[in-house]
Amino acid sequence: MALLTFDTQHKPRQAYTSMALLLVLLLIFPFFAAQFGNSWVRIIDIALLYIMLALGLNIVVGFAGLLDLGYIAFFAVGAYLVGLFSSPQFAALLESVIYYSPAIGEALVAFFGPEIQQNGIHLSLWAIVPLAALSAALCGALLGAPTLKLRGDYLAIVTLGFGEIIRIFMNNLNDPINFTNGPQGINMIDPIRIFGVSLAGEAGSNATVLVGSYAMPSVNAYYFLFLALVIASIFITGRLQHSRLGRAWVAIREDEIAAKAMGINTRNVKLLAFAMGASFGGVAGAMFGAFQGFVSPESFSLTESIAVLAMVVLGGIGHIPGVVLGGVLLAALPEVLRHVVDPAQQALFGKVIIEAEVLRQLLYGLALVLIMLVRPAGLWPSPNKEERPNAALARDDEEASTT
Amino acid sequence: MSDQVILNIAGVNKRFGGLQALTDVGIRIMQGQIYGLIGPNGAGKTTFFNVITGLYQPDSGTFELAGKAYSPSAPHDVARAGIARTFQNIRLFGEMSALENVMVGRHVRTRQGVLGAILRHKAAREEERAIRVRAQELLDFVGIGQFANRTAKFLSYGDQRRLEIARALATDPQLLALDEPAAGMNATEKLGLRELLVKIKAQGKTVLLIEHDVKLMMGLCDRITVLEYGKQIAEGVPAEIQKNQAVIDAYLGGAH
Amino acid sequence: METFIQQLLNGLVLGSMYALVALGYTMVYGVLNLINFAHGDVLMIGAMIGLTILQLLEAYVPGLPGYVQLALAILGAIPVTMLVNILIERIAYRRLRNAPRLAPLITAIGISILLQTFAMMIWGRSPLPFPQLLSSEPIMIGGAMISQTQVLLLVLAALAMGGLVLLVERTKMGRAMRAVAENPRVAGLMGVDSNRVIVATFAIGAALAAVAGVMWGANYASITFTMGVLPGLKAFCAAVLGGIGNIYGAMIGGLVLGIIEALGAGYIGDLTGGFLGSHYQDIFAFVVLILVLTLRPSGIMGERVADRA
Repeated sequence: MALLTFDTQHKPRQAYTSMALLLVLLLIFPFFAAQFGNSWVRIIDIALLYIMLALGLNIVVGFAGLLDLGYIAFFAVGAYLVGLFSSPQFAALLESVIYYSPAIGEALVAFFGPEIQQNGIHLSLWAIVPLAALSAALCGALLGAPTLKLRGDYLAIVTLGFGEIIRIFMNNLNDPINFTNGPQGINMIDPIRIFGVSLAGEAGSNATVLVGSYAMPSVNAYYFLFLALVIASIFITGRLQHSRLGRAWVAIREDEIAAKAMGINTRNVKLLAFAMGASFGGVAGAMFGAFQGFVSPESFSLTESIAVLAMVVLGGIGHIPGVVLGGVLLAALPEVLRHVVDPAQQALFGKVIIEAEVLRQLLYGLALVLIMLVRPAGLWPSPNKEERPNAALARDDEEASTT
Repeated sequence: MSDQVILNIAGVNKRFGGLQALTDVGIRIMQGQIYGLIGPNGAGKTTFFNVITGLYQPDSGTFELAGKAYSPSAPHDVARAGIARTFQNIRLFGEMSALENVMVGRHVRTRQGVLGAILRHKAAREEERAIRVRAQELLDFVGIGQFANRTAKFLSYGDQRRLEIARALATDPQLLALDEPAAGMNATEKLGLRELLVKIKAQGKTVLLIEHDVKLMMGLCDRITVLEYGKQIAEGVPAEIQKNQAVIDAYLGGAH
Repeated sequence: METFIQQLLNGLVLGSMYALVALGYTMVYGVLNLINFAHGDVLMIGAMIGLTILQLLEAYVPGLPGYVQLALAILGAIPVTMLVNILIERIAYRRLRNAPRLAPLITAIGISILLQTFAMMIWGRSPLPFPQLLSSEPIMIGGAMISQTQVLLLVLAALAMGGLVLLVERTKMGRAMRAVAENPRVAGLMGVDSNRVIVATFAIGAALAAVAGVMWGANYASITFTMGVLPGLKAFCAAVLGGIGNIYGAMIGGLVLGIIEALGAGYIGDLTGGFLGSHYQDIFAFVVLILVLTLRPSGIMGERVADRA
């Protein structure tokens, strides 16, 4: 790690070189990995979305110190938003309204028109992303509001409760009015279209995307989109961190009473943390829905909230490069291991003793426990230059007091 | 010292369950004064501080800062109105650097929000630069300028106290309220603190000071109020206070 | 009216199990100021061990009366859950006693996942059927039905809670526990070994969870490695409802929450004009939690919870 640094303030040249190098590697990665089959790139695609989630959660947990255990709810909001407004689902919704109350139903159909009644609403990427970000931000503020006066552990449990409530609603809002299609989830979600090019490839193209005369697999196309989003997320959260608002968040985390005494309106600043963090979740959720083509409540359980938390904790709470590392490790590693470990176990023992799913759970559990016990700041915490051992400190103070 | 009344508090009562912590306490501080609040442990000094800075809600009282009424209902509003305080048990933002701690003090007088943070347009960059410059100035002023980048929790005790004062000054307060800034200091450090407070006064700032070191207070303060069991038993210039029988009884007669 | 009595009975049964688990949360919180997030999974371990014991009994000593089998299952599950909880305290929480508040909670979450993972590895992923050992002929009370298993559950819960009250009020250990909960340092000065008290607290909580776990399995006839998560969280909500840190609060909170859930599930359809059905049952606990923490954080019995200045 010593060669790789992102410290643009103190070592600009080294930092920018590191970043450029990394960028090049990231750009050529999919073409390299495609040699081994599309599944690797697909794994990284999902991992990139998780990294985005981790970066968003990092604002709430890392910067502001608010332990949100229901964060996946915002992922769900974005995903179901795209499910409702980028698929035939809205038609099903109208149908259920007509069934429940013909009068209201007919009025709505008159309003939306027969086209929508037939096919549902299909918004484009450029409408969906801001919509997802804003809706999630609003939800973030709403869900955060009751927690403002609560102490750490209670805040955690209440946010967990909200996450569960959202999941239960998503699972059941199909009767009498079909918003979410219940446990079956919503499928046939539109893939993302950028400037007329569908990232899932046109029908019959075997999931190949044509950019001009250049063809690439659909998973690669999504890779570049998600990579761009992750880079944007890193950029935005980085800017937030080193700003008046970022300092206010850390102040609240360090000592809320002192923060208030210094004039920080802790209520508003906390709500901002929830909202900003949630917005990343919403966008990631929308991308997820479009990428997978379907969403169902199973993807938004407490386990997922904890998984994202584990990424933040493992990597380095509050430290953006650390959070990315945590995301990469916990999102990609289990899948990678599965490709390696399953055959290895077969070869050694003749059967698979530890399945991939079990392995994933083990990793998450161990990550949380071991990190808290052994290295609570995370694998890659922020480099605290002024952390000097006591002896050197005493020496410095002596020097300082005699000058 | 001008004739303007900076702080005008009257009739503060505060009860905690069965305990009457403050009974009809009030003080008047003129611009540029160093005003002291002394009394035995448990007299209600910090409680009074907490009331006027919005941490506790009073049962009654009137509160005026520089002639304008202010509501001590929320600490951040009090800071905005112009009272900045330090704490008995030093409340720094431990993981931030000294400079960043003071920069947080500028929060209440600056404006940039989410958009400014992300876009870093000209106004935002200017404000950020101004915050940084002022913070460094304040660190230099209190004498720890060279520790600007040191993590606050690694500063020596005396320097942490100075940092807390710098941070409070960053809010451009009308009144600087210090809760036992000399607690735990040795004689040399106290001298340094005294110098700093004199420097602060020389700049025209008004200071309200809780302290236990009576000698320090007598030499520093323009006026003093003495509290005992939540009541004011004396108020006046140091010379008067030293000769006041009730005060002498309070300090020598009680379990101390 | 019959529905009402039925739901009331269901609520009492459910609430008794919540109460048993809530006691574990509230006692640990009382002495350590810590939410043992993994406590619900201890219930699951109790159920799993209980099932294993029943299977062993069936294999080696078949034909024992149902009550005896259940008793043995519970008695066998208790030492295991105690061991698990004590280990958790020793390995994870003890080292973090002075760490910032969130560290023990995050660790507890990790432990919860690990417990579930180990259970998944040992007992598999699919739900396991729990044998019906008592006669399935229901007992009628005022037009409502209650099974023998449920009656046993109520009796055991009452006995366990009674036993706990005796322990806390009448024994030396109980006094020590109360002292440590009030003020650990002064208790130490009075000669109380707080580590021993803490270990005892975890052990007792685990024992209660074991009873709840085995009876949960007996009542619902099926157990799985994730069965402890939601009940655990709800039991915590019950503890907060009753007043966290207060043993009587946990008992009352558990029963009240169980009744709220049962009645709510029964009547929510009618109350919302068909919009919300009984599958929204799980929400009640969290709604109660949010309401309690917002409106009366000290709970029914009045313990302090929120930040002090």
